[in-house]
Formats: sequence, C-alpha cells, structure tokens
Amino acid sequence: MRRRDRRLLLISAAGIVLLGATAVASVALRQTASFFYSPTDAQAKKPEAGTQARIGGLVAKGTVVRSDNGSVNFIVTDMKADVRVSYRGVLPDLFREGQGVVAEGKFTAPDTFEARTILARHDENYMPKEVADALKASGQWRDAPLPVSQSNTQSNLGTGAGMVNPAHTGSK
Amino acid sequence: MIAELGHFLIFLALFASFAQAATGLWGGHARDGRFAAMSKAASDIAFFAIALAFFALMSAFIRSDFSVENVAKNSHTLKPLLYKIAGTWGNHEGSMVLWCLISAGFGWMLAHFSKGLRWDLRARAIGVQGLLTAVMMAYLAFASNPFVRLDPAPLQGADLNPLLQDPSLAAHPPFLYLGYVGSSVVFSLAVAALLEGRVDAAWARWVRPWALASWTFLTIGIALGSYWAYYELGWGGWWFWDPVENASFMPWLLGAALLHSAIVTEKRGGLASWTVLLAILTFSLSLLGTFLVRSGVLTSVHAFALDPERGFIILMILAAFTGGALALFAWRGPSLGSDRGLFAPISREGALVLNNLFLTVATATVLVGTLYPLLGEAVFKRALSVGPPYFNLTFTPLMALVLLALPIAPYLAWKRGDIMAVLQRLWVAAALTALTITLSWAFMGGKALAAIGIGLGTWLVCGAIAEVLDRVRFGKLPAPQVWARVKGLQRAAWGMTIAHLGMGVFVLGAVSETAFRIEHTASLGLGESTSFAGRTVTLKAVTAEEGPNYYADRAQLIVTDGKRELVLAPERRFYPAARMPTTEVALRSSLAGDVYAALGDPAEINGRMAWTVRLYWNPLVVAIFGGAFLMALGGAVSLTDRRLRIGAPQPAKSKRGGASTPPVDPSSVGVAAE
Repeated sequence: MRRRDRRLLLISAAGIVLLGATAVASVALRQTASFFYSPTDAQAKKPEAGTQARIGGLVAKGTVVRSDNGSVNFIVTDMKADVRVSYRGVLPDLFREGQGVVAEGKFTAPDTFEARTILARHDENYMPKEVADALKASGQWRDAPLPVSQSNTQSNLGTGAGMVNPAHTGSK
Repeated sequence: MIAELGHFLIFLALFASFAQAATGLWGGHARDGRFAAMSKAASDIAFFAIALAFFALMSAFIRSDFSVENVAKNSHTLKPLLYKIAGTWGNHEGSMVLWCLISAGFGWMLAHFSKGLRWDLRARAIGVQGLLTAVMMAYLAFASNPFVRLDPAPLQGADLNPLLQDPSLAAHPPFLYLGYVGSSVVFSLAVAALLEGRVDAAWARWVRPWALASWTFLTIGIALGSYWAYYELGWGGWWFWDPVENASFMPWLLGAALLHSAIVTEKRGGLASWTVLLAILTFSLSLLGTFLVRSGVLTSVHAFALDPERGFIILMILAAFTGGALALFAWRGPSLGSDRGLFAPISREGALVLNNLFLTVATATVLVGTLYPLLGEAVFKRALSVGPPYFNLTFTPLMALVLLALPIAPYLAWKRGDIMAVLQRLWVAAALTALTITLSWAFMGGKALAAIGIGLGTWLVCGAIAEVLDRVRFGKLPAPQVWARVKGLQRAAWGMTIAHLGMGVFVLGAVSETAFRIEHTASLGLGESTSFAGRTVTLKAVTAEEGPNYYADRAQLIVTDGKRELVLAPERRFYPAARMPTTEVALRSSLAGDVYAALGDPAEINGRMAWTVRLYWNPLVVAIFGGAFLMALGGAVSLTDRRLRIGAPQPAKSKRGGASTPPVDPSSVGVAAE
C-alpha cells in the first residue's frame, strides 16, 4: 500500500466514524432533547399526552399532598397558569412550598405532568435559570434573597427545640 | 493582618508570574540563558508567594476570622476542623486560589525538575505556564479576591453548604484541579514546541508524564465526585450526564486520547501535530469545564449559586488561550512533520489511531450534547435539555466499539501487525466472553444489551489478564523464568495492564448497576414492613439526634433476607447555620452489591405518621468505583516507570541504538520550521 493510499484510508475511516456519529447524534438529539415548558407555555401550547419535557415554576403553597404509596402530588405555578405534578419517590432536600422547582418527565394531559425526576439544587440561593426566566416572563420575578452577610447578623443558629421534623422547621 | 498579607502575596505572585512569562518567552526566543535563569527565579517567587497566600486564607478559615467576607460566607465556628480546612477551596474565590497555587506549583516543577528537556524549549514552556498562571492570578486579584474584608465583621459565619461537608468532596476539588491544571503543563509544552517549530520524540517523552499525571488526578477527582453524588444526594445513581459532570469528563476523555497519541509520537515519531492539537484541546476543555461550572449558563442538578459575570471573564480567558494556541497551530502545525513513521492500518500505530479517532469523536458527541441546550435556545428560542437517552444512543456505542478493539491492540506489533495471530492468542479470552454473554443472557432476564455489556467487560478483563500472562510467557516457560520476567516487566507495562483491567472492571460494574438495579419506594409507619429485592425491610424507630453542627432524624431500618439481618440508619439532617436540610444515605456495600436506603419526609396520611423510604439494590457498585481506582492506579504505576521519571536522557542516540526497534534518531525526527 502506498503512502497516499494509507492516508486516504485513514481519512476515509475518520470520515466514516465522524459522519456516522454526526448522523446518530442528530437523530438522537431530535428524539431525546426535551423542551422546557413553564405553566403558561403548557397552557398556550397544549402539549400532547406523552410529550417528554421539563417543566419549572414555583411549588404552589399548600398544594403538596402525599399519599400512602409514597407518591407526592403538587401544583407548579408561575402565578398565571398551573400544572399538576405527580411524582413517586423521595423529594430532594431543598424542595419547598413557595420555592422554585424543575421537574423532568412527561405530560399526561396539557395541565398534568408525571415527573420522573425532580431536579435538586445543591444550594439554597440557586434558582434554576429556566424558572427565573419563566417567572420573569410572567412578571413574578423578585430579586435574589437577602445577601448572606445580612442574614447572618440575625443569629440563625436555632435552638433546635422540637427538631423532630427538621425539614419543616427549616423552611420558615 | 494575615488577610492583608495574603492580599499582598497575591499581587506579588501576579507580578512574579508575569515576569516569569516575559523572561521565559524572551529567553527561549533570543536563546539567552540569563533570561531563562530569571524566569526560573521568578517561578520560585510566584510559587512561594501564592502558597503563602493560600495558607493565609486557610488560617483565616481555621481561625474562623469572619472579618474576611469569604470566611464569613462559607464557614462557621461549629464546623469540624476538616471542613474548615476544606472550606478554603469549597467556594469560588478559594478554589481559584487553589487553581493558581497548582498552576504556579507545576510551573515551578517544570523549572526545577525537567533537566533533560532542552533548555530553550524549557524556558519557553515555563514562560507559557507563567502566562497561564499570571492571567488566572489577575482574575483572582481583580475579579474574585478572597481576602476582601467585611466591616463590621459578623459574629457568626453562614456555614459551608452542608452537602459539601463530606470527606470525599473535601478531596474532590484538589484532585480535579490537579487534573485540569496538569493539562495546562501539557498545553504549555505544546505551545512552546509550536513556538520553536519542532516536535520530536524527546518532546513527547516530556509530555507523557504530565499528560499521565493530569489524567490520573482527573480520574481520582471524577471518581470522588461521582461517589459523593452516589451516597450524598440520595438518588441512588452515580452518573447523570449532567453538564457539570460532562465538564470534567470531556477533558478526561481527550486526555486519555492524548496519552495514547503521545506514545506514538514518542516511540515512532508519528502523529506529532495531532498530539500537539490534542494537548491544546485537552486544556481548552478543562477551561471550558471551569467556565460551564462557574457561569451557570446550563441548568445543572449540581448547580450552586453562580455569578454570570465571572463566567464571562473565564470565557474570555478560554477564548484568548484556545484561540491563540489554535492560531499558532494553524501557522506552525503543518511544518511539524506529522507524517513520519510509516505504518500499515493493522499495526499498533493503527490501533492507537483508532483509539484516538473514537475517543475524540466520543468527546465531540458529549460536547454537542452538553452545549446543545445553548444552541437550541438561540435557534428555537425555547429552553431545552438533553438527557441520558442522548448519551446512551451516541456515546455508549462509540465507546463499546473502541473497547472491543482494546484487548487486541497491545498484542499488535509496531508498523505491521497480524490480527489473525493475535486473535489466536486471545481465543481463551474470547471463549470466556462468549460463555459469559450466553450465561448472563440465559439467567439474568434475557436482557440482550446488558448481556453484551457484561460480555464486553469480561472481554476487557480477560484480555488484560491474557496480555500480561503472555508477556511473562506464563505456561510456556518454567516458573522461575516466568517469575524473573514478572519482575523484569516495565512499570509502564504494568500500568497499562492495570488501567485496561480497571476499564473492564468498570464496564462490568456500570452495566450491571444500570441494567439490574432494583428501586423501591415505600411509605412506612413505625413498625411497618415492606418487601424489596428478596428482602424484608422494617422501620423500627426514628430518633432525634444531634451532631456537631446539625440536628438529625435517624431511622432504624432492619433489613433481613431470611438468613442475615442488617441495620441501616439513614438520616435527614438539618444544618441550622446554613438553614439547609440534607439526606444522609445509609448503605451497606458488599462485593455483590449495595443495599442503599434514603429517608424522605415524614407526613401524616390518614391520621398515621409515615416516612417515605427509598430503597435500592445496586449490584456491583464496588466494581464501578474499584474500576476507576484501578485506572488511576494504572496511571500512577506507569508514572513510577524509571524511563518516565528520569525523562528523556540527553545522549538518546546510544540508548536508542541498543533497542530492538528500528533505530529512530530522535534529533532527526523533528523538523525545524525555519
């Protein structure tokens, strides 16, 4: 085999792998990439049942209902529209009523959503970008919580009385 | 006072790094040894100044000096000492100090421990490394200063995010940064070689240990992060194809490609410009990773509070370095002489090219999947996300194909190999693989893909073992001679075998865990039971506990499989200082798998108090992290190889002449550009 043939072989092998990967990747992206819906989007676009998506907004206060089999139902809102979400499993630590949430899963109707994953955050002050944008779009966005340096001065070292249910105490 | 001293030291280190850059680059360009010596001295000052600044910050954390804003935001008097120390790098500013420290430290090592490297090339490399350090230090000094004072100082700090108060996450950032910044040394060497206009075997010989060390540290860093996600987050998984995870995975993949292509450049003088390009891209991906993590442009499950403006600065740094280096590559690359070392398609070079081709394309698919949401948002004006299904469709098959070829490659000879002869020598491994596929298909639920995956893992493990047995001629020579060969085997060869074995073990673990995981969620009142994966799980008690800086509800779960009984104690913790609840998973590991339990919120349902409990049976998890550990161990063993440690000897000709490979004069391999 001559040097030029070898080089041709190498380039065509690289080309084939690259083309194949590009083709698979573009098909995969079309099939698996899921759009983000704010509750208003869902109301406007009426996604078909079974649409894989991500939704986000605030967990509406007083709507979190737990049932016997370990599943949880709650309403995600952007103050203009609502989506009912059901989820089976342990909720992330920073899941709170009145706070931002992002859920992955599928629509079962335009206003009901079956969540596969509830995205957790690792940080109290973090607001998922989509949620922030969705709230800005619906005019409900307020700027970030108090800066840390201010909130520290009011000694937040609780006494821990009645700490049987710390997660709830913490949400105040 | 100490904070002001630290502040001053950062500026001192900044100026010293700029001096190091200027003198090193000029010394190399003008071939003036006096400037080269000056850059070496400057690297001493830069390294010691930033090291002292780092310790100044650490002391502020240990002493809980809340007049320093960074400490006040990220520490607390009640925090255990380990996490006070880890708090130094558990925040943005501190982690940038760590980055600068490592970057300056590697520059210092380059200046002091690379005697075998040509001095002018070394001066240039020190100069480029100095420039990298200086730019990051300028960013540190002007955009994320860790020593800013707070007046009045608060009495108490806001605490480190409780999720980060964990031993494996305390060690995660330093290892990750050692990996990221390690690739900056390879970058510096590549840019220095481009400036000089020649790439030769001696250059590749110096690139290899740095590439290997960087990759090894990155392996450890990623494994620690993944293990942390596994047991701290309570989701039962260890990899989520999240942007933040991909950010560290891409430089790892490309670093692995670089390791392999540098072998060809060193041993055969081939692929020179390709190796240089990989060196540039690997570091660029490290910077891209830092940008993605710090800027928050992508929604991540691992996201912390972020600052987009700082992200923008990192993006500018990335653009400047990558753009500059690629422009230099476009200008000088073609004259580097990459088409040296002829080889047939079936040869060890051919196999390594295949490895590089697939690893690079796999990296590209991960990159596309990671950045697609940004593109999608710009094009469709809608936020969208790319999840695990995309990566399973693209990345996984690519890797499966290249791993299929992996056991064959070490058997192939340089220049021209005989694949039929190799397959004959691997027939035992192939037979065992076929047997495993059949057995796991027949007895484990007929999952074809899982069976193939397990077969692939077996093929890798058996291939690695067969290779080492063959190398010492086990069963062909009498035992004492075999033993002599075992002792005589190069560390680099052991390293390769261990790392490839680790890959196989990892594949076995990853496939088993993904395909055969059992997940069960139940809502349990006190004394109630649920059955799961052939076991009965009873919630015996939930008690209130108190830790040094948290309160906890601790459940007592009795898990019995009829023969043995074990007690798991998952917790829900609440950290009052950070006002954050966390889940503390309980898990019991064995070789077969982990029993994993996470405690959820209590709730009153129909007048009865019940706790959500999530249970997992995760088979062969030990193999996932054990495999990653073996890969890192392989890298470390390989690093101790005498030839790499000593580096390229100056009188290379005499050594080369005695080798059995066709003599390649290293000094003739490189082609001068001018």
